Amino acid sequence: MGKFTRRAFMATGGLVGGGLALGFAFAPNRLTIYTADPDSADAQLNTWVMITPDNKVVVTVPHAEMGQGSQTGLPMMLADELDADWSTVSMVQAPATEIYANSDLARGFVLGDVSLPNSIFRLLDYSLFKLSGMIGVQNTGGSSAVRYTGNMAMRSAGAAAKHMLLQAAATRWGVSASSLTASESVVTHAASNQSATYGELASEAALMEVPLQPTLKSPDQFTLIGTSQPRFDIPSKVDGSAEYGIDVEVPGMLYAAIKHAPVFGSKYQATNLSEVRASRGVMDIVELDGAIAVVADNFWRAKIALDMMELQCIGGDRQSMTSAQIYDRYAEAALSEDGSYDADIGDTAAALAQSDRIVKASYRVPFLAHAAMEPLNCTASVTKDRCDVWVGHQNPLGARAAAAVAAGMDADNVTIHNRMLGGGFGRRTPTDFVTQAVTLSRQVGAPIKLIWSREEDIQHDMYRPAVANHMSAALDADGMPTAWTNSYTNSGQNEPAESPLTQYAIPNQSIKGVDVDSAVPIGAWRSVGHTQHSFFNESFVDELAVEAGIDPYQYRRKLLADMPRHRKVLDVAAQKAGWGEPLPAGRARGIAIEQSFGSIVAEVAEVSVSDDGDVTVHKVTAVIDCGTAVNPDSVVAQIEGGIIYGLTAALYGDIEIADGCVVQTNFPDYPMVTLQQAPDIEVHIINSGEAIGGVGEPGTPPIAPAVTNAIYQITGKRIRNLPISAHDLS
Amino acid sequence: MTIELRVNGVSHQLDIEEDMPLLWVLRDELGLKGTKFGCGVSACGACTVHVDGEAMRTCTLPVGAVDGADITTIEGLGADQAHPVQIAWIEKQVPQCGYCQSGMIMAVAALLDENPNPTRADLDDTITNICRCGTYQRVRAAVDELSQA
Ligand code: FES
Ligand code: FES
Repeated sequence: MGKFTRRAFMATGGLVGGGLALGFAFAPNRLTIYTADPDSADAQLNTWVMITPDNKVVVTVPHAEMGQGSQTGLPMMLADELDADWSTVSMVQAPATEIYANSDLARGFVLGDVSLPNSIFRLLDYSLFKLSGMIGVQNTGGSSAVRYTGNMAMRSAGAAAKHMLLQAAATRWGVSASSLTASESVVTHAASNQSATYGELASEAALMEVPLQPTLKSPDQFTLIGTSQPRFDIPSKVDGSAEYGIDVEVPGMLYAAIKHAPVFGSKYQATNLSEVRASRGVMDIVELDGAIAVVADNFWRAKIALDMMELQCIGGDRQSMTSAQIYDRYAEAALSEDGSYDADIGDTAAALAQSDRIVKASYRVPFLAHAAMEPLNCTASVTKDRCDVWVGHQNPLGARAAAAVAAGMDADNVTIHNRMLGGGFGRRTPTDFVTQAVTLSRQVGAPIKLIWSREEDIQHDMYRPAVANHMSAALDADGMPTAWTNSYTNSGQNEPAESPLTQYAIPNQSIKGVDVDSAVPIGAWRSVGHTQHSFFNESFVDELAVEAGIDPYQYRRKLLADMPRHRKVLDVAAQKAGWGEPLPAGRARGIAIEQSFGSIVAEVAEVSVSDDGDVTVHKVTAVIDCGTAVNPDSVVAQIEGGIIYGLTAALYGDIEIADGCVVQTNFPDYPMVTLQQAPDIEVHIINSGEAIGGVGEPGTPPIAPAVTNAIYQITGKRIRNLPISAHDLS
Repeated sequence: MTIELRVNGVSHQLDIEEDMPLLWVLRDELGLKGTKFGCGVSACGACTVHVDGEAMRTCTLPVGAVDGADITTIEGLGADQAHPVQIAWIEKQVPQCGYCQSGMIMAVAALLDENPNPTRADLDDTITNICRCGTYQRVRAAVDELSQA
């Protein structure tokens, strides 16, 4: 870490011609708000906001843009505290360095400016990493950006800058700061009829003491937060000018196409190398860990040469593995008495023994690929003393670390040039493709752009884990549950920790995970553990309602009597969806609710099933309570998108394993919802004023159970394993 | 062999294999990166451009098959985001990650050229592009707005 000073100075390096640059600097175990000291050569100011003499505000955003709108929402949060004129605000993306890392922010702001013994610090760092890092990686926008970076860093920086601007004006005019008002980037002293713009005051403001704990607005004082603002990134996305990782051009760059050995854990051996080498444009063939790559002067040439290669898959111990085996093994494992408990409340065994209304069910969900629209790619240039990487990545720091290892150099010599992401959904958090590109560049001695084909993307993902479980419940005379048990398989990625829990008030609970080996590589997938557990929990509670003979909405309502936020979300969803109102024959509604990433979402799906068994989802009504919706239109968009993502999975999503390989290859056999199947979606926002919740992920979990619960109403068939398309509903 | 293409009003003569898909010619030979690679098997529409005014998926379209054709890519659709589809797309805030949107916009622009008032069924049948971010609701809203205009 560099040397820092509490005294404020103009950041002449960053701001030619004066102005105010304000950010946070991190010393080991401490976090403070600083401005830069130009005398300290190594001062590393992590700048969050700059105010230039021509009255422009530039906000640095540490999160990548995947379309979730964080690069607009975060500046809004800062600008609101600053009382800036929104039309003068722009953003730049932060470089990938530790000082912009989420965990530092979370740590700093949770602890304040205090020193800690190292031992505690490490522990805390880990839990905060889980808090900010793990959640953050899944969706660098909705689920972490606004909650942590926004609420903590952005708002504080805006409030601190405003405080300093007021101080500067007070000093200039010889009046008290409390007699001043600030609005729309102008400070006014009404009594003397004087005013000055932020730009005019910025250089003087930079000389003021930095407030360590600036006063933040209360929600009723927000002027920008809560209003729908057009996203900064959208214009570049309608004319082709937005630059994604795959669009990067580096002088002297070559292209690489890659094939991974299909059986997990195996290797490839090629036999006709000389023929492939002679193909037009081919420059090199490189063997990688479990894969082979062809390097050429054009991607297509690399790709056809690769396709020409006669490859033999050797080694690995999973050649005969199938989905059926995996599922059997999981179902068996979930029967185990052992496991680690998420909830062990009361005495479920006694409650089950006492009840004569027992409901039992076993559920299962498959592996899923992410299939982000932009196939995985990474461009790397390794020279003797430095490594440059151009990539769209959800975790640029992780990418930097992986690149450093692959390049055989210090992370300080690695620069990550983060580009827009053509979708991430969790797949752009692992670093496998970064390692490959860096390895290729190092080996070939030229900048390399590596692009995975869609087939590689589908067949060599880090999959959403398959999970199987066994559930049981005991009902009392009124049909309400007295006991709830759930034993499920946990192959890792069981995050967030609360995802298996039931949200309902049930006196006796036994919820536990039994460790299993996943058999295939797994990773975080939009909303992580909530995707599986919401399907299990919200289907099973529906089964209980049916057994009790109570309307599924009313049944949930009763169980949420002590949870007013949940109850309100559920009520509004039911009301907006016209719950209980008559529908055409063959149509029904299903409902589900899930709290995830700090937001509560309920969805009502209106579904029909044709005589042939074809399922149509006509309409989805969604309600979200995310505390405060920063940019409401972006919240609506994220819920719409989360529903489509979850609906694709519910209807069709299935990664099957046969002969140790993934069966699906590309969109024709791993189909997606398109306009044809996309329901009308209506999203309602409840601003409860509670802590700000994520929005990128919470739309996804409730849709699968909402749809299958509706299908049950129509057909009497309870879908206990996904996807829906695997069931004959005719 | 030498292939002649007119792309966004500019003529090019290229010495390339005639079976190279137009997508890679546009992206890697001509540096027009707005047209995207999504699947490579004509299943997603990310690579859609206009060939002599008609929407075509270019990832499986050999450049030899369009020798001499007039091609418009997203870069040539409208200067300063001024094409009606682009305006509606901004107004309705359609894109999320945006990666599918070049293809989506090109497909919709071609549909509206041919059928200025598409029904919902027309739209569903013609625009089979995949958007993994799930922007369909807004695509519909934007097209509705355009067809009422
Ligand atoms: S890339 Fe051409 S249709 Fe998908
Ligand atoms: S906007 Fe991301 S795939 Fe369509």
